[in-house]
Amino acid sequence: MSSPAVELTDVVKRYGSKIAVDGLSLTAERAAVTAVLGPNGAGKTSTVEICEGFRRADSGTVRVLGLDPVRQARDLKPRVGVMLQSGGMPPAAGAGDWLRLVSRFHAHPLDPVALLDRLGLAEHTRTPVRRLSGGQQQRLSLAAAVVGRPELVFLDEPTAGLDPQARHACWELIGELRAAGVSVVLTTHHMEEAERLADHVVIIDRGRVVAEGSPAQLTGAERQLRFRARPGLDLDELLGALPVGSAAKESPGGHYIIEGQVGPELLATVTAWCAAEGVLAEDLSVERRTLEDVFLELTGRELR
Amino acid sequence: MTALDLTPRPGAAPFPRMVLAQAGAELKATLRHGEQLLLTMVIPILLLAGFSVAPLIDVPGTRVDFLTPGIIALAVMSTAFTGQAIATGFERRYGVLRRLGATPLSRSGLLLAKTVAVLAVEVLQVAAIVVVAFLLGWRPAGSPLGAAALILLGTAAFSGLGLLMAGILRAEATLAGANLVYLILLGCGGVVFSVEKLPASVQPIVELLPITALTDGLRAVLRDGSAPPIACVAVLLAWAALTLILAARTFRWE
Repeated sequence: MSSPAVELTDVVKRYGSKIAVDGLSLTAERAAVTAVLGPNGAGKTSTVEICEGFRRADSGTVRVLGLDPVRQARDLKPRVGVMLQSGGMPPAAGAGDWLRLVSRFHAHPLDPVALLDRLGLAEHTRTPVRRLSGGQQQRLSLAAAVVGRPELVFLDEPTAGLDPQARHACWELIGELRAAGVSVVLTTHHMEEAERLADHVVIIDRGRVVAEGSPAQLTGAERQLRFRARPGLDLDELLGALPVGSAAKESPGGHYIIEGQVGPELLATVTAWCAAEGVLAEDLSVERRTLEDVFLELTGRELR
Repeated sequence: MTALDLTPRPGAAPFPRMVLAQAGAELKATLRHGEQLLLTMVIPILLLAGFSVAPLIDVPGTRVDFLTPGIIALAVMSTAFTGQAIATGFERRYGVLRRLGATPLSRSGLLLAKTVAVLAVEVLQVAAIVVVAFLLGWRPAGSPLGAAALILLGTAAFSGLGLLMAGILRAEATLAGANLVYLILLGCGGVVFSVEKLPASVQPIVELLPITALTDGLRAVLRDGSAPPIACVAVLLAWAALTLILAARTFRWE
């Protein structure tokens, strides 16, 4: 158990002139859930595909369970489960047949029937893959990723398009995998998913890691103070009264956000200032930043 | 809710078990697929029965003796080339090849499984054709081993051609192209109509086609009782070598 589940160092991947992965380094520990977050086109799928051995990095080193996923694929593949972002299953095959087939490539697989049952697909054993709903196909794909009792699973957007029940069922299974000592690397857009499941979150953008840490580390000790009041308060004056390093902004009009060392003193300073201005601060709250705040801060708000 | 033991216990199944599992899945897919059965079973049998009974072709000897070897060649082409090209093209398109690439089944294991499945379908086809041919009064001559050797060579040549097509064209283009090639080869390869009926100028070209080589070879063995002709064997070997090498170089798994 010496080498990490995944260790990428300075990995670069280009498609023609486009750089998808730009000097990316990350480590996913064993028996932990690592979430790779990023906007569309950030390089999440390319990164995972390099780990899975589907693509070869142009430069940098890639180690999965200590092995090179391309050159040592033969040794690695039995130990790794993969869930593709979409497709990967023959549309005409029965769901049960497909899972049984994948299970038969492994030496000590889980019972496919029990696994289908666990993921709520027991009634669909004979249903052809193409007649399953999108969410059912996702769950079947997840089942195929874990049926071989792997040490490590790569899940590319495992809960995209799932309804809340199915999403919670998936989260529960991922939690059980982790508890059983399986290493999980997943990509997601769901901040809630990352916040709930992940031990380690890696935010990537434009092919680079822009931040990483546990969800608590990323959202930080940092808190925000928010309140509503009449628009157009003179924040410069307030800032003068606040400790150095604090920030205050009005966004949108009438909604105020104060950031910095949000503690009892800062709260007192803000309310005292409001009182002096004759302003009633409504909906005053002290909040921890969410992962979504961090994500948007790092990757920008503009649509891509 | 069922308790599952998710504790890691990884390991690949033994190679033969993986290959048999995959071959079984491919065989099942072929036998369940209506269009595939039409192509591999119904059309050859209908052609055999129809042209044996109806006096539409003028051949030396009995019609069924002339037709049966050609129909066996057609059956081999429909499975090894047309069926395999279309199925593999769509497997690539649906990401199945890619997903299988992430399992312990190696690429050589996958190709072996496909070959096993193709051969299994061919056994069923030949059995059905032979039964129908006997009912129609077929009197085969020659060595079954010679015929089997030609069928194996033909399978290699047509598989190479099919995988070459599936590996470089889009799935829809493979579907259209494989059916078109099937029809053209069926029409001009001596399956039903003797190549000697074609204009003398095109005959030498037609004789270089894999379907013509397989048909002529099987006819020489099964109707005339001779050994597999060197020329037919050479043509099939050349097609097999050329297409399999090209397919190995150009095949895209995704």
